[in-house]
Amino acid sequence: MKILVCVKQVPDTSGKVAVNEDGTLNRASMPVITNPDDKNAVEAALKLKDAHGCKVILVTMGPMAAESMLRELLAMGADEAYLLSDRAFGGSDTFATSQVIAAALHHIGIDQDDIVICGRQAIDGDTAQVGPQIAEKLDLPQITYAGAMTYENGTVRVQRMLEDGYMTIEADTPCLITCIKELNEPRYMTISGIYDCFAKPITVLTYDDLKDEPLIDVSTIGLKGSPTNIAKSFTPPPKGAGVMLEGADDTAVVSDLVSRLTEKHVL
Amino acid sequence: MKQTNFHNTTTEDFHGVWVYCEQRRGELMSTSLELISEGRRLANELNTELCGVLLGQDIDGLAAELGGYGADKVLICDSPLLYDYVTEAHAKVVCDLVADYKPEAVLFGATNIGRDLAPRIAARLNTGLCADCTHLDVDMGTYLEFLRKNSTLDDKQIGEDSLRKRFGTDLKMTRPAFGGHLMATIVCPRFRPAMATVRPGVMTRAAYDPARAAAVKIEHPPFSLQETDIKTRVLEVVKATREIVDLLGADVVVSVGGGINADVEKGIALGQALADTLGGVLGGSRVAIDSGWLSSDHQVGQTGKTVHPKIYIALGISGAIQHKAGMQDSGCIIAVNKNPDAPIFEVADYGIVGDLFSIVPQMIEQFSAVKAAR
Amino acid sequence: MLDREHLMIQQLAHEFAVNEIAPAIDEAEEAGEFPDEVWEKLARYGFTGCCIPREYGGQGGDFFSSIVMMEQICRTSVSAASMLMANSLSGMPILKCGTEEQKQKYLRPVAEGKKRCAFALTEPGAGSDTNSISTTARPDGDDFILNGRKTFITLGPTCDWAVVFAKTPIEGRKPALTAFIVEAAWPGFSRGKREKKLGLHASGTCDLIFEDVRVPKENVLGTVGGGWKVAGSGLSAGRINVASQSLGGAQGCLDEAIKYAGERTQFGKPIGKFQNTRFVIAEMAAKIEAGRQLVYSAAQMQDSGQDALLQASLAKYYMSETANEVAYKCLQIHGGYGYMEGFAIERFYRDLRVMPVYEGTSEVQLMVISSALMK
Repeated sequence: MKILVCVKQVPDTSGKVAVNEDGTLNRASMPVITNPDDKNAVEAALKLKDAHGCKVILVTMGPMAAESMLRELLAMGADEAYLLSDRAFGGSDTFATSQVIAAALHHIGIDQDDIVICGRQAIDGDTAQVGPQIAEKLDLPQITYAGAMTYENGTVRVQRMLEDGYMTIEADTPCLITCIKELNEPRYMTISGIYDCFAKPITVLTYDDLKDEPLIDVSTIGLKGSPTNIAKSFTPPPKGAGVMLEGADDTAVVSDLVSRLTEKHVL
Repeated sequence: MKQTNFHNTTTEDFHGVWVYCEQRRGELMSTSLELISEGRRLANELNTELCGVLLGQDIDGLAAELGGYGADKVLICDSPLLYDYVTEAHAKVVCDLVADYKPEAVLFGATNIGRDLAPRIAARLNTGLCADCTHLDVDMGTYLEFLRKNSTLDDKQIGEDSLRKRFGTDLKMTRPAFGGHLMATIVCPRFRPAMATVRPGVMTRAAYDPARAAAVKIEHPPFSLQETDIKTRVLEVVKATREIVDLLGADVVVSVGGGINADVEKGIALGQALADTLGGVLGGSRVAIDSGWLSSDHQVGQTGKTVHPKIYIALGISGAIQHKAGMQDSGCIIAVNKNPDAPIFEVADYGIVGDLFSIVPQMIEQFSAVKAAR
Repeated sequence: MLDREHLMIQQLAHEFAVNEIAPAIDEAEEAGEFPDEVWEKLARYGFTGCCIPREYGGQGGDFFSSIVMMEQICRTSVSAASMLMANSLSGMPILKCGTEEQKQKYLRPVAEGKKRCAFALTEPGAGSDTNSISTTARPDGDDFILNGRKTFITLGPTCDWAVVFAKTPIEGRKPALTAFIVEAAWPGFSRGKREKKLGLHASGTCDLIFEDVRVPKENVLGTVGGGWKVAGSGLSAGRINVASQSLGGAQGCLDEAIKYAGERTQFGKPIGKFQNTRFVIAEMAAKIEAGRQLVYSAAQMQDSGQDALLQASLAKYYMSETANEVAYKCLQIHGGYGYMEGFAIERFYRDLRVMPVYEGTSEVQLMVISSALMK
């Protein structure tokens, strides 16, 4: 049994976000972090490892600099990692990304008792699409929005969170789970883990390594292979100074507030 | 591994706008009606038909409502296997329908279910999907107007000619990225259908038209779905009111401060009720915590937690620097305070000078009314 | 100077301190102690045994890694750093001078964070002047009988055992210093009341009292009469540790001042836009960075096996004095708010006052430095 965890290094959008004049993100100026939901995915995998002694394998697509993230996750306790890095993969949308990652997972090999775990979504795009799209490409059952998860004898049982409650869903392995932050509290690296992580293997997979995979086709990966394109990217106009609301009485003031909030889609 | 044989690059073969109308146990999600209303507008721009797609069991009764908000036609697939949402079942049926009918655009609500289903379908259909859209356009003129009003781009940066040439007739799907710091307009020029999930609560619901409701066409297309198509098992569906979330994860935080001292109990009750109305959590300033009115896990500020919810409402909080440090990066800040010079108003998007004990009940009433109307 | 491992430990310790220690500070300051769960978490991630070899339950890091860790913990909480240091102060002599059995029995649980060990040298009448130590250990068959009182003991209220220094009579010579590992559960061991201190409110301090405590001779650490060697074995490490705490604390003050200067508005603009504020911040940053290089080079020297005594004193003297200057000026930037509880600077200001005092006062460091330079 092994757990394959898909992770992504992302710009930290919680701080200041730098935007170029043409409306694109100035990635170089922003600190990078491990995508928060992906840390929950790693934690879920490590919990399975603690309980069942299975291997935890990380898979990420990104520039070579993503190694720093992989080392951190290895220092948390993951066993090995694959870094999918090639110019040919650059500019991929979610569809093309899932194509490359699914090909890599197939290349690594998914056995009958394996589980693929992803974070629900990455904070740079917030799409939540790559997980389900990998599942589709690999023909695996998917359970998204896992808020609680147990595993027993080849069956994963998940509380799949809904806006107004949850569903309890079971799937047999192999399957793909995407998890939300409520699933667990990710552990930190340990100091000994930090000393050990540099000895753990990180395998770089390039286009050449994956080109014989049936899912890989230059016409479906990278910027050119992506079905969607960005037509325009822009910054919303800056937030103006606050408005002091006045009115005949409280009812009028609040109703003014409500209409302003509704107009701006805040409510 | 799955390979598809769905030929979808001949874009001119695809016609009609579809909305996947999510229903849970026979009840339409309000976002389905918003999407039907928005879909109507797009279908008009494209001069084509708007079709609602309804999957479930015993759901024929919902079709008229979809018609009333703008659907020309409703495709209904009825099966016990479609009763509770299951990814494989709904994905298979929708994919098969799309392959048969070839719509040019398919919209989903960006609910937990829509965001589970749409990517699976897009991957199977080999087409593009844009997540969490907050604005949709087909007509280029409308889109350009939207850009001019809602971006910092000048005419040169907008580049009208190039946009018209490249994406003239495509569905232009605009969404926030990077936590809302950036907006991006996504297109899917080479494949059909173009697909989008749309953020709930963003699109406006149209006025209900009983004549349209009566005129809606209902179709029951043939579809094949077996138990063996489904690999996940739904054991239970539990409806639950949201558990108390911590301040950091909340989309809405309503905080109370020294201004509630006239009647602490009532002040807290009002704050809590307002938070409940908006699905948020109750916070407090240092005064509220130090006075023992709220436990310390409610504290927002330098000593407490730093929050950035979408909506932050400060009730009777003067806005000491210690407090502002913990909330000034919130999406929209609303402040109610008796003192017009309270520093909280410096960071507020909307300020109301007045007595929170009379204003908050108004807010609860009017916010509830807005929510109920959805 | 920092290896890739050190950079990761730096990041880990900072994140851990901000997320796990910071939220517990207010309550811990009130209670006089961090709750056990904070200690358990510190242990889980390896902070209690950072530079102890793995065969003794540690993490196998070098000394430098513990210095980097200490700096980052202290940047958030001086009390937490102080407790961790006490644990390592006592662990180091066991590692350096203990028998294999002592290491397995006493060092392993300490490194694993399951037990806490205090370092008990100071007495009411003897600080750095260890000749004045009056605690005695009188041989009695296979045991020693321990009597005396140790004072200002960090971890005193919660330690499971302590490394205790006492005078033992030696035939034909003057009584000599001997180190013992003493379990708190043994009869005759008791603790004084918690001291009320200017700072370090979340790190418990008290006297340890020994009344006819029977210590088996297997618990002699090092040799009988070899107490000096034991005490000396951790001397440089202890001083570099305090230098690193001072460094982290100073950085914590600067962090707070920069944050505050960006938020506090006076005369229509943030005070961080005024040149006076900016220059004070810049000056403090320069001093902190100078101290950082001094601390790191001392730690490197310690790791390389050279005698780091002089370097340790230079680092400890400079950094502990500088930390207090930084705390003073950063509090000044905060104005009246800085004097009030609730802003971290107020706590740093009090906590950092101990730095030029413990592990050898600044004056003792100046003695060490000057005697190395001038005969």
